[in-house]
Amino acid sequence: MDAQVATSTHTVPRMTAGVGAKVVARDCNVFYGEKHAIKMLNVDIPDRSVTSFIGPSGCGKSTFLRCINRMNDTIPICRVTGTINIDNRDIYDPSLDVVQLRARVGMVFQKPNPFPKSIYDNVAYGPRIHGLAQSKAEMDEIVMTSLEKAGLLKEVKDRLLESGTGLSGGQQQRLCIARAIAVSPEVILMDEPCSALDPIATAKIEELIDELRSNYCIIIVTHSMQQAARVSQRTAFFHLGTLVEEGETSQIFTNPQDKRTQDYITGRFG
Amino acid sequence: MTDISAPNAMGVAKQRRVDVTSAAAQARVRARYRSEARFKTYGLLALGITTVFVGVLLSDILLRGLPSFWQHRLVLDVPVAADAFGPPGKADVAAIRGGDYFPITKAALANAIPGIESRSAEKQLNRLLSTGAPDELRERLAANPALIGKTVKVPLLLSDDADLYFKGGETAIVKRAPRGIATPSGVNGEITVLTASNDFSDELITIKRALAAAAARTQFESNRLLKSPDKANQTRGTELAAEAKNLSTRAELSRGEEVLDDKVPSVLIEINGGLVKANKLGDSSITGEVLLPLKSTAEAKPADWKIVTFVTPEANRKVTDQEVAFLERLRSNGAVENVFNWRFFTAGDSREPELAGVRGALVGTALTLFVTLILCLPIGVGAAVYLEEFAPKNRFTDLVEVNINNLAAVPSIVFGLLGLAVFLNFFGLPRSAPLVGGLVLALLVLPTIIIAGRAALRSVPPSIKEAALGVGASHQQAIFHHVLPLAMPGIMTGTIIGMAHALGETAPLLMIGMIAFIVDVPQSFVESATVMPVQIYLWSDLPEKAFQAKTAGAIIVLLGFLFLMNGMAIWLRKRFERRW
Ligand SMILES: Nc1ncnc2c1ncn2[C@@H]1O[C@H](COP(=O)(O)OP(=O)(O)O)[C@@H](O)[C@H]1O
Ligand SMILES: [Mg+2]
Repeated sequence: MDAQVATSTHTVPRMTAGVGAKVVARDCNVFYGEKHAIKMLNVDIPDRSVTSFIGPSGCGKSTFLRCINRMNDTIPICRVTGTINIDNRDIYDPSLDVVQLRARVGMVFQKPNPFPKSIYDNVAYGPRIHGLAQSKAEMDEIVMTSLEKAGLLKEVKDRLLESGTGLSGGQQQRLCIARAIAVSPEVILMDEPCSALDPIATAKIEELIDELRSNYCIIIVTHSMQQAARVSQRTAFFHLGTLVEEGETSQIFTNPQDKRTQDYITGRFG
Repeated sequence: MTDISAPNAMGVAKQRRVDVTSAAAQARVRARYRSEARFKTYGLLALGITTVFVGVLLSDILLRGLPSFWQHRLVLDVPVAADAFGPPGKADVAAIRGGDYFPITKAALANAIPGIESRSAEKQLNRLLSTGAPDELRERLAANPALIGKTVKVPLLLSDDADLYFKGGETAIVKRAPRGIATPSGVNGEITVLTASNDFSDELITIKRALAAAAARTQFESNRLLKSPDKANQTRGTELAAEAKNLSTRAELSRGEEVLDDKVPSVLIEINGGLVKANKLGDSSITGEVLLPLKSTAEAKPADWKIVTFVTPEANRKVTDQEVAFLERLRSNGAVENVFNWRFFTAGDSREPELAGVRGALVGTALTLFVTLILCLPIGVGAAVYLEEFAPKNRFTDLVEVNINNLAAVPSIVFGLLGLAVFLNFFGLPRSAPLVGGLVLALLVLPTIIIAGRAALRSVPPSIKEAALGVGASHQQAIFHHVLPLAMPGIMTGTIIGMAHALGETAPLLMIGMIAFIVDVPQSFVESATVMPVQIYLWSDLPEKAFQAKTAGAIIVLLGFLFLMNGMAIWLRKRFERRW
């Protein structure tokens, strides 16, 4: 549909198309004004597993990630073409409500960004605006289980009414994860969730991601190849706005098909 | 593959290092230190100058204004005649409130200073009291009519001139012990006092000197006027020349009795419990009129009488010698009290300085600012939120934005003209009303609030909005649940500063007629009212000296409000400031 990218020569190794795939992107292009940030991207992302996006800075990982919950809509100059389906439903379909989409596709950001409110209110905010709880007791239950799932309950159960911004960086990030899972999303997008954290906090988050894998489709952008290797089942390598290679994590790291992937994972550039 | 790194040819070029030991490097370091020290000095200098200016300004205003917060009153035993308000025992509250109090206060004063015979002296005695003097008495009687027929000890307000006299600066009073025995010729009216020594020679010399100085001054003024081409000035100059000649002849006449007038210091004699003002002054005798009656014509030993000089000539002061005599007598009787001037805060404007207060202007200001706030805050915040978060970026919104920024710089009087044309002439709203004042000030403050509001909204980190959007909040929910509450302290700060700006605004209010003399405290938004800065402007224009102090006093009140508002803004900022 875009003449300028039709000449793209990349062949994307596909997994068994559609079957079991939660998120499916076809011929996806993203433009920031004139800048072509994502070029003819095709990818299938499976449910109940962790997929990591790796690649050098500025290659479009975040851009594509933000397309999956249409966060890019907030950038006026950003334009998306092609299709991205979740459960075979085009999320850019005009009849689809973007707010409901975002309730189904949660997001965790690079820098922990809890609301400057109490821990309880941070987690309760999503369920509250979506009317997920009919009573205070139900809300309590949602907050508790979300914090529990995010592995934070033990640390904060005595100070639920204290401000979320008073927690440590790692705790704040887990609070953000608790906030995201409180609305029971199907997909969780994480954009370098550990890059602002120390190694111990990072380890905790990674552990948490591993636990969440059984219930969610998780997509994580990371700069650390070790992290990708540790937490993800599949890995996609981006370079200059194109998806170079995507496959089983072990295969990408041990037997990359593309020269650029090989150069990147052996640390020759990035 | 552009960013695949290749070994480069670094290290081939000659390495340039900073040589810290070289003279040039050390000179550079010294120059840097010097420039830093210089910069610091400039900063301190600027700070010092500002502090001095602010200090001078504030202390000047405080010095002038603080006296107006105090007031002198006479506490007298006031005999209230049983039939003062109709037949005894039948006085109702209306009669008490509407009664004539002049005879009552007159009687009280006559009791306090007995023996005054001359009509003119009596008049001057009664003029010492303010027209509002009986207010307190009236309230007491109205509250308790049983007091009628009794003697009530009640404070009576002094007139502004008497009050100013007690606040000082009218004239210095010098008292001197004489050497001879003095004999007065009478106890009242025109009398002569003889003394056995040349007790008044010093006074005579002083007077002659004063005359010579006055002659020189008059001559100078006359010369100046004669040079002017204006006819009237010429005539006046000739008059003054004659006067100067007259004065200098008097000054040169070496001996003999000197006739005193109001252009030279007043000489008085305190004798036998009375006070005599000299009209004619000789070496060893004076002739003059009795200001305070003497007890007897008995001879007074040198220790028992005194020569008193009021240094400032009578013509140069607000109070006559007679009034000074009364006031000093009342003071020595212990009848004068200095109390906090509550009336300044509870009364509306008045033509009498001692009765004037800022209540009307304060209420007018409150009503006006209320209208302003009610209009500005919702409209301003709404506009800020819309422009910052929702408005599409196009030519039109750009235009709106530029114009809002321009509006903030428009001279305030223009808003006044607009208010006059639109609110008064077109919509026919009442003149001088807080409603219109508030509308005009709202126009003035709106741009400030919008700009401050947008800045506050922008300073909320986008990550908060993203977080809200990320859990499925709509754009509007994200703004109203998260961004706006976080921006609120900043918006409030901007609003308070805008309101403080409006509080001090005068020019646009003059245009819509809020400059009238209004005695009544306004009760509604459509009644005529005035506001603090306009009240200050009005008072500053009045000739009475007491109003100068009132002006400064009103400025203090206004500044107090400004400090309060700015303090509140700072407090809000401190209290709700967040670090992300
Ligand atoms: N809001 C934006 N406006 C314009 N260009 C953008 C914007 N966000 C990202 N880009 C550009 O898009 C490209 C991809 O950015 P990004 O997706 O953030 O890279 P990554 O997350 O892989 O480091 C970069 O070249 C960046 O300059
Ligand atoms: Mg990124």
